[in-house]
Amino acid sequence: MSILIIAEHDNASLAPVTSHVITAAAKIGGDIDVLVAGSGAQSVADEAAKLSGVSKVLLADDAAYGHQLAENLADLVAELGKSYSHILAPATTNGKNMMPRLAALLDVEQISDILSVESADTFKRPIYAGNAIATVQSSDSIKVITVRGTAFDACELNGSASVETVTGGHDKGISAFVGEDLAKSDRPELTAARIVVSGGRGMQNGDNFKLLYTLADKLDAAVGASRAAVDAGFVPNDMQVGQTGKIVAPELYIAVGISGQIQHLAGMKDSKVIVAINKDEDAPIFQVADYGLVADLFDALPEFEKAL
Amino acid sequence: MKILVPVKRVVDYNVKVRVKPDNSDVDLANVKMDMNPFCEIAVEEAVRLKEQGTATEIVVVSIGEAKAEEQIRKAMALGADRGILITTDEAPSSLGVAKLLKAIVDEEQPGLVLLGKQSIDSDNNQTGQMLAALTGMAQGTFASQLLIDGDKAQVTREIDGGLQTLSLNLPAIITTDLRLNEPRYAKLPDIMKAKRKPLDKKTAADYGVTLSNSVKVLSVEPPAERKGGITVGSVAELVDKLKNEAKVLS
Repeated sequence: MSILIIAEHDNASLAPVTSHVITAAAKIGGDIDVLVAGSGAQSVADEAAKLSGVSKVLLADDAAYGHQLAENLADLVAELGKSYSHILAPATTNGKNMMPRLAALLDVEQISDILSVESADTFKRPIYAGNAIATVQSSDSIKVITVRGTAFDACELNGSASVETVTGGHDKGISAFVGEDLAKSDRPELTAARIVVSGGRGMQNGDNFKLLYTLADKLDAAVGASRAAVDAGFVPNDMQVGQTGKIVAPELYIAVGISGQIQHLAGMKDSKVIVAINKDEDAPIFQVADYGLVADLFDALPEFEKAL
Repeated sequence: MKILVPVKRVVDYNVKVRVKPDNSDVDLANVKMDMNPFCEIAVEEAVRLKEQGTATEIVVVSIGEAKAEEQIRKAMALGADRGILITTDEAPSSLGVAKLLKAIVDEEQPGLVLLGKQSIDSDNNQTGQMLAALTGMAQGTFASQLLIDGDKAQVTREIDGGLQTLSLNLPAIITTDLRLNEPRYAKLPDIMKAKRKPLDKKTAADYGVTLSNSVKVLSVEPPAERKGGITVGSVAELVDKLKNEAKVLS
């Protein structure tokens, strides 16, 4: 068996989630190659070469891959991927965007968001917002899979893979990058943070999220939000935790003013310890919380911060 | 411009599904069904494009059991002009659905296909991207804003780091995210009118597509239950528990 992993990166550095996908690949077994497709991404390839267990890194460096456009990338991976038994990518928005397109080009199904590797062809994945876990078996000749990063540990970094350049960058010419508006934050990344503090509709407005930022900075935590808070415009979409937002599984998840709809729980219920602060004692979030505090968040948050 | 909107019949988003005792699947007997919420956003966006004069006709298609006619009628009540219902014996795979949709795209030649980014039952997030591959079209997934300008679509996408804007050649495939719009409610007269709108009933064989699924579900289990927690009486007690019992704070 041989496995191709699509690296997640921003052309400057490798995203940590890639190393979690390596661990999933190691459980499948076989040679592991990593594809770094980007523009000016040599440093990413050098970083990927250090991931333990990787045989070689393929670097496809071309302007056509600079913004991870699915149209260009899927064509490249469909060509390169033919000789592999598995193609894996993290279940990030890049992975979710490109991998189904790739699968259809290869005339195979795609398996989304796996939580575990049972064998080389059998995997567990969540369905119905995580209210059920399906065990699925694929008979496809090439298995195209996205991996939930939080379900696998990071791999070691003592590898020394070779880096090979892949030539033939091709712009399909049907899509073009116009611009982006990326969140800038000094806080840890939401899906990788040890502690996550999240706010919901109970925060009442965007300004009040400052209370969460202050607490988060004291805890070295990331800040997330429920869909309700994002829909209401309190905070941007990249902070949404839930079924269709980001999936987090930190050591400590603090839900503040979040009622706990099933769609939100789908994104955080694998956290090790869950704290809920809500003034409504009937809020469903208390059913999954290890520690529940029935209190007005505007009293509790400043007190919490002072107690640390 | 003609817009094609595929919609899916799924369990109502408020329902917490249970796994069957034999672990073969989830139990959907007597469970309320509805249109997938992301598909509803796709229908709404198509209707708005028609109201703005950009779209001329909205064709809605659903694939699955015969009861999916209810979801097509709902889309019609919201403003879709006509429907295509393709019934299948078994729930088709994402690739199977994409192949059927490809056949419909070939027949209907829409200028735009609008789909939900994900259905809330299988949580796959695949069909739109697969259809884009099969038709060779550009894809604007997880859209939070869509502007049609001549033969281009400018789409703003919700990505992990924030927002990304792309320009796509038309025809293109767009999949909707939550913030694209807020769907309207159907008005009673429109629900009545929808009953008389044209609906074509087909089978997969009519399109020459053989459905097969190379991914087999071996079992379906409930997730690990979280142990019941405790209620603390004060912030001081909470911090004490987090430090000394859970040991997640130092």
